[in-house]
Amino acid sequence: MSGMSIVTLNRVTKTYRMGENTFDALHEVDFEVRQGEYVAIMGPSGCGKSTLLNVLGCLDKPTSGHYLLNDTDVSTFDDDALSEIRGKLLGFIFQSYNLIQQLTVLENIEVPLYYQGVGAAASRAKAQELAERVGLGHRLHHKPSELSGGQQQRVGIARALVNEPLVLLADEPTGNLDSGSGAEILALFEALREQQKTIIMVTHDPDIGRQAGRIIRLRDGRVEEDTRNGFS
Amino acid sequence: MGSLDLRGLILLFNPGKLRRAIALGFKTIWLHRLRSALTMLGIVFGVCSVIAMLAVGEGAGHEAQEQIRRLGSQNIILRSVKPTDDERISDEQSRVLEFGLTYNDMRRIESTLPSVRVLAPGRIIRNHVYHATRRVDAEIVGVVPWYTGIRNLRIHTGRFFSPIEIEGHVNVCVISDSVAARLFPFMSPLQRNVRVGSDYYRVIGIVESDAGAGQAAAAAGGSGGGNYAPRIYIPLTAARTRFGETIIRRRAGSFEAERVQLHEAIVQVDRIEDVEETARIVDGILARDRRQQDYEMVVPLELLRQAERTKQIFNTVLGAIAAISLLVGGIGIMNIMLASVTERTREIGIRRALGAKRRDIILQFLIETVILSGTGGVIGVVFGVVIPVVISRVADMTTIVTPWAPMLAFSISALVGVVFGIYPAMRAANMDPVEALRHE
Repeated sequence: MSGMSIVTLNRVTKTYRMGENTFDALHEVDFEVRQGEYVAIMGPSGCGKSTLLNVLGCLDKPTSGHYLLNDTDVSTFDDDALSEIRGKLLGFIFQSYNLIQQLTVLENIEVPLYYQGVGAAASRAKAQELAERVGLGHRLHHKPSELSGGQQQRVGIARALVNEPLVLLADEPTGNLDSGSGAEILALFEALREQQKTIIMVTHDPDIGRQAGRIIRLRDGRVEEDTRNGFS
Repeated sequence: MGSLDLRGLILLFNPGKLRRAIALGFKTIWLHRLRSALTMLGIVFGVCSVIAMLAVGEGAGHEAQEQIRRLGSQNIILRSVKPTDDERISDEQSRVLEFGLTYNDMRRIESTLPSVRVLAPGRIIRNHVYHATRRVDAEIVGVVPWYTGIRNLRIHTGRFFSPIEIEGHVNVCVISDSVAARLFPFMSPLQRNVRVGSDYYRVIGIVESDAGAGQAAAAAGGSGGGNYAPRIYIPLTAARTRFGETIIRRRAGSFEAERVQLHEAIVQVDRIEDVEETARIVDGILARDRRQQDYEMVVPLELLRQAERTKQIFNTVLGAIAAISLLVGGIGIMNIMLASVTERTREIGIRRALGAKRRDIILQFLIETVILSGTGGVIGVVFGVVIPVVISRVADMTTIVTPWAPMLAFSISALVGVVFGIYPAMRAANMDPVEALRHE
C-alpha cells in the first residue's frame, strides 16, 4: 500500500449513557487508513459500525481517544469547525440516498459547493460535469422522485464527489438496491478505487467486502479482525 | 452552543450566497403555496388593519379638527342657554323668563379687556322663511357685518351687509347655500325678497353653510348642537327692531315667554396664547352678577387641544389592537415554521452532513420566515391603502393614509418575521446531525 496515513484512530471510545448504565458503542478502536485504500467495515448489527462511521464523518465526537484526519486532531473541534471539515474533506454516500426532494439532480449535487461558498456558475459547471461522470447527463433537471433507486444513488455519489473530498464515507450504498443497480454502483466504486480515492464503506455484504482491499470486522464496539487483501 | 452567532447572521460577506439562500427560500415557500398563503394571511390582516385603522382614526380626527378650526382658534364663543328648572328664578307674576347674554355684558367685556378685538353679538330666532310658495324652517341670525370674518364663512355670491345697513336697520339678508337651494331652486336669489313673519328681506348674498356652528360644538362635547337648522343672516339691529326681545311660545292651555337679548357672542383675542386666559376673565366678568347659569362658553382652542388628545389616545388604542393582530400573525408564522422544521428534520441533517454550519441553517429558516412575513406585509400594505379609499367612498367618511403608516406597518411585519423566525431557526440549527439524519 502506498501513500500516507489519512485517517488515524487512536483508542477511540464512544460511550452512551442509557439511564444508569453506560455502554461503549466503540471501545478503544485503533486503526489507520492510507491514501487510496478501499476499506470495508463489517460486522453484525449493533456492533458499532454506524457509530464508527458517524465519528469518521465528523458528525459525532468520540468520548475519548483521538481522531486524526489528514494529520489534524479533529476530536476537539467545535461544531463550526467540524461542519467545515465535513464540507471540505469528506463525502457522504447514504444507504437511503438522502437527496433533498424539492431540489433537482443538479441542485442536489451543488449543495456541498454552496456551503463552501463556491459561486453559482462555477458550482453549476462542476455539478454538471459530475452528473455526466456518473451517467446522469440526461437527467439534470429531474427531481429525485422521478428517478430509479440506482439513479438516485448515482446522484448521491456525484454529490459526495463534487467537493473533491479526501475520504469517501459510504453507509451500505447498495443496501436499498436490487442486484442489477447494486452492481452498477459497485462498478462506480471500483472506478473510484482505480482513481486512488480513499473509500471507507460500511456493508453487510461479504462480496462487497471482497471487492474492497481491506476488511475491518467489528464486534461489540471492538476491532475483531483487520485483514488486507485476504491476509490478516 | 445555542447562542445566536452574530458573525453568522452577518452573512453578507458573501452576497452571492445570500442571494441564493433567498432564492431557495422563495422556492421552498412556493412549494407549499397553500400553507404559505394561509400563514401569510395573519400578517396580511394585521398590516392591513394597522393601516386602515390609522387612516380612519386620522380621518375622523382631522374632520373634527377641521370643524373646530372653522369656529376659529382665536375665538371664544358665548351662547345663551335656558336655565334648568331648579336653577330658574321664577317670577311667578311676570311669567316671562328672562335669561341670556345682554348688550350690557358685551359692553362690560369690551371695556374690561384690551386684548379683545371684536365682538360679534348675534341673535338667533327660529322661524319659517318663505319665498313665494316655498318654505324653509330656518334660524334667522342677527349679526354684525364682520361676523363672516370671525367665523371664517366664505361668501359665494353677492356680499355681506355693510355698517350702513346696520345703522339703518335695513331689511337685507344673506342666506346660506342650503336655504338658497331650497327656496330658489331654479333662479338666482340675489335681489329677490324672502318673507319672515310679516317682513320682507332682500337677499344680497349667499354664504356657505355654517357647518361649524352647531356640529363642532356637539362633536367636541358641548351642548347646543342637535336641532340645527339652515341659517339666514340679517343685520343685528334689524333683528332687534323686527323681532323684539320677547319670544312667546303658545302651547295647549298655557304659554311661555322668554326674553333674550343676545343668543350668541363671539369674542376674538389678538394672540392665540391669550385665548385661555381671556376665556377665564370673560367667564369671571359674566359670572359676577348673575344669579343663574344662563350662558355657556365654548373655547374652540380648548376643543382643538382636547380633540388632539382624543386622537392621540385613539391612535394609541388602535395601534395596540393592530400590534396584537400582528403578534397573532407572528405566532401563526412561528407555529408553521416549527412544523416545517420538524417536517424537514431529515433535510436539515443532510445539509449539516454536507457541510452546512449552524448559521447556514439559521439563515435558511430565518429567510423563509422573513419572506413569509414580508410578502404578507406587502400584500397587507396594498389592501391597507385600498381599503380606506373604499371606506371613504362607501361610508362617506374621511380617511387619511399618512405615508408613515404603511412604512411602519411593513417594518413591523418584517420585524415580526425575524423575531418569530429566530426560535424555529435555532431549533433547526441545534439539532444533532446524527439524530436528524436518522429521522424518518
